[in-house]
Amino acid sequence: MRKEATRLVSALLRAGNNGVSTSWAVGGTRLKSAMPQPDEKKDEDLHAKEGKVLHPHLLNENVVKTQYAVRGELYLRAEQLRKEGKEIIFTNVGNPHALGAKPLTFTRQVLALCAAPFLLDHPKVEDMFPADAIARAKKILASFKGGVGAYTDSRGNPLVREEVARFIEKRDGVPSNPDHIFLTDGASVAVRLCLNAMIRHDRDSVLVPIPQYPLYSASIRLYGGTLVGYFLDERRGWGLSVEELQRALQEAREEGKLVRGLVFINPGNPTGQCLSKENLQELIKFAYQEKIVLMADEVYQENVYQDERPFVSAKKVMWEMGEPYRSHVELLSFHTVSKGTAGECGLRGGYVEMTNIHPGAIEEVYKCASINLSPNTMGQIALSVLVNPPKPGDPSYDQYTKEKASELVSLRRRAHMVTDGFNALDGVTCNFTEGAMYSFPQIKLPAKALEAAKAAGKAGDVFYCLKLLEATGISTVPGSGFGQEEGTFHLRTTILPREEVMTHFVEKFDKFHKDFMKQYS
Amino acid sequence: MTNMDAPSTSNGTSTSAQDAAAQKQPVRRAPLGIDTINKRVIKSEYAVRGEIVQLAQKIAKEVESGQHNHPFDKVVWCNIGNPQILGQKPITYFRQVLALCECPQLLSHPNIRELFPEDVIARAQLLTKQIPGGLGAYSESAGALIIRQLVAASITKRDGYPADPDNIYMTDGASPAVHYMMDLLLREPTDAMMVPIPQYPLYSATLTLYGGTLAPYLLDEGAGWGLDVEHLRLQLAKARREGLCVRAMVVINPGNPTGQCLSYQNMRDVLTFCRDEQLVLIADEVYQANIYVGNKEFFSFKKVACAMGLEDQVPLVSLHSISKGFIGECGRRGGYMEVTGFPEPVKDQILKLASINLCPNLSGQICCALMMNPPQPGEASYELYRKEKSDILGSLKRRAELLVGALNRLEGVSCNAAEGALYAFPRVTLPEAAVAAAKKLGKQPDWLYCKELLEATGIVVVPGSGFGQADGTFHFRTTFLPSEEDIGRVVEALSAFHAAFLKRHGGLTTAAVAASAAAANGTHAGQ
Repeated sequence: MRKEATRLVSALLRAGNNGVSTSWAVGGTRLKSAMPQPDEKKDEDLHAKEGKVLHPHLLNENVVKTQYAVRGELYLRAEQLRKEGKEIIFTNVGNPHALGAKPLTFTRQVLALCAAPFLLDHPKVEDMFPADAIARAKKILASFKGGVGAYTDSRGNPLVREEVARFIEKRDGVPSNPDHIFLTDGASVAVRLCLNAMIRHDRDSVLVPIPQYPLYSASIRLYGGTLVGYFLDERRGWGLSVEELQRALQEAREEGKLVRGLVFINPGNPTGQCLSKENLQELIKFAYQEKIVLMADEVYQENVYQDERPFVSAKKVMWEMGEPYRSHVELLSFHTVSKGTAGECGLRGGYVEMTNIHPGAIEEVYKCASINLSPNTMGQIALSVLVNPPKPGDPSYDQYTKEKASELVSLRRRAHMVTDGFNALDGVTCNFTEGAMYSFPQIKLPAKALEAAKAAGKAGDVFYCLKLLEATGISTVPGSGFGQEEGTFHLRTTILPREEVMTHFVEKFDKFHKDFMKQYS
Repeated sequence: MTNMDAPSTSNGTSTSAQDAAAQKQPVRRAPLGIDTINKRVIKSEYAVRGEIVQLAQKIAKEVESGQHNHPFDKVVWCNIGNPQILGQKPITYFRQVLALCECPQLLSHPNIRELFPEDVIARAQLLTKQIPGGLGAYSESAGALIIRQLVAASITKRDGYPADPDNIYMTDGASPAVHYMMDLLLREPTDAMMVPIPQYPLYSATLTLYGGTLAPYLLDEGAGWGLDVEHLRLQLAKARREGLCVRAMVVINPGNPTGQCLSYQNMRDVLTFCRDEQLVLIADEVYQANIYVGNKEFFSFKKVACAMGLEDQVPLVSLHSISKGFIGECGRRGGYMEVTGFPEPVKDQILKLASINLCPNLSGQICCALMMNPPQPGEASYELYRKEKSDILGSLKRRAELLVGALNRLEGVSCNAAEGALYAFPRVTLPEAAVAAAKKLGKQPDWLYCKELLEATGIVVVPGSGFGQADGTFHFRTTFLPSEEDIGRVVEALSAFHAAFLKRHGGLTTAAVAASAAAANGTHAGQ
């Protein structure tokens, strides 16, 4: 009986209960519990409703309130239409391969050899794969202990992290530490890992551009934090101004919010603007003065379609500014294999580099990463190729370089075609897509259209996009999913339809818009 | 107002001093300090990759460098079910199909038939054709339709009850499914889930991370880690008395770390319990292919629920993964969850959560579809597949028996048979002096044992305290995944270490052994 009384579950697990219930030890009350206990009245309201535990009213409020527009109402309707057999042009997501972009040959050759290493021993392997793909696969397999089927370190394979660090050093001329680089299943996972660590309660806030990529609004909501929007200036090519940041920050602080982070997307999503070096310097000074973590979403760094403002990383600018910025501003930089010219969305590969982040905080992020064991190996290998491509003289160099360059040139042409197409329409204005993969035109909706939208219980831009979808099969995302100035209406479309079909795409849009304006004028 | 937000310089100097200090790089209180990040993140514990493992990583680095004083030349990773890192070969068929899907231009190569069998080519052609945009495009957030159809068809075949592709969500390994359920169900700290003790620490870690509470139920070591439904009722009543709102119950079958397989009757009782008490049942069934005893068979909770007519009454989540079984494709990150008895609006919420990460990786999705739909008799790859599968499972069974047998021969150690999964979870009686030594260090006694084992032999195991254990008992979890060539040496090294450990810490008294056995066997005394 004495042993009964001492039967407590180990303290370690108990500590996991966040101090809320310290008494879930199993054994202590077991002797007593042999006696019949009076039935406890269940809190029906909290536990079950209409006989359902899993009642929509009884779910985590943070989940229910989260909105994610890229795959929201419009997307679901588009999927439904597709199931009904209608041809849909999915320009709602930056998903190049879905619209016919071809993968980079070298990347896929390396992936195939890593997936099926027995091919390396096949006598015919050299007929089918170039020597540098074979060599690269061997090098990667040697560093992935257990091959691609084993969990890696939760931060990702050390060789690939080293390659990423060398890539950053070469790009920026700034030292980079592989221990501060975490590989992830796409950049979204990296963003969420960081936000989860930063947000403690609903006063914790993150400055996010409006319009923004809804990953940020959704994740901040999901982790129970607060989004503080700062507006990009549409009239100045979606420019980012420090005065506006100051305004947003001051208002948030006056409301008692604790602003912890500042997200900026460069090149912009959905807005496509490329930030100048001077602009980045201002941002960095702001982050330093106000003690805010900078979150640099740089996933579109390869996708630049003008020459005045080439991509420059926040890390490089910060380094060149010298002290005190260089070694004090806390910076999280994100990159991915999903964008650029590789467009390997489905492989899920990405990374975050953490600069000037407290080692203890990095340890905690490491632990959280470890709860999901490790990022997927194919995504890691695709990242390895992205940051360490074939070199001049390698058998695959010419083809790899050519594939990338022709895709980039084509994207530049398409950026112009889409912008010009929109600007040719009455009641539509559109900033040029300087970078990234999107066009974000403003549509001036006639009063009648707004009335019809209201009658249908939809926002004006949702109404417009649904009509567009029904009439043309073009699937876009309404501007309200990204945030827009009150009273303005936008939509986001990718510039990803292939050049062969782009003229057709623009024409379809043109015809729909004219019909729409006629109907509601 | 006070600006709590501006994490001011820690020395609290005046403004002008701060300006001056800014030039001299002041001590700044960083926004991302260890003291200012989310407490739930810090409190979350994940033992499988915890302190012992970090020490092991350090040692492994030293051993690899060749410059070290460790009395071994190799670190043996028995802390985690990661078969291929210990030499298990991938199933050829899966890798062949995957290679062709990764590099579809091979399909039109004139020599393709010299390298790949016919059924592999056909399967890859089907998949590359049916997955819109191929591996490089985001799929639907729930997973590509063809993949979910293939998985649903195979579940239907396995259980004899229909599965709906719209109830299947593909995931990057099984872990994200657990995250989804925690996120969905936990609203406040008094929301709880019933979790077996010992448990897989994914559950305790995510419960903490998402701000819920763990309501434990003990598995009975004395009864082969049995799950006693009467005990469940008592624990639930207790949790409710404490003001907890118990939302769900987790069952791991076959058990991790405990390896037991549930009987059909036991599963019926659990389902009845969940129906009566209105609990969501989370069935972690990732080890369904790992069963090593002839008299046990895996049944899915879905099948049992359907047979009882409870599929609409008990919301059920069934998890599966490509990381375990005889497949061991951990690095691929593939898995799925099937939900039944979930209202549509709730499924919409799951889909939304999934959509924030866009989609699970395609390579893992394909591997999962292949796992569920392996080559069939008559197909070109069938013989090789069958042989590879039975070799691996046969070998795992031999290794499980070898390891458990050896553990039971050690003084003061007792270990239930590993009926399934990939782990042995022996109970170790520790000398009083060792317990005292650990206490002095502020550590758990089983942690001390595992640490000394690592330092003496290079074998990495996980202390039982990371999984939870009845008080007064100490365990560790080890996989039996070292290869057949290695496992003999692992057993020898472990046995030698154990004897030396006992000796070094003053040996075992008869009383200590009896007390340990009593503590373990008394788990469900009185019932």
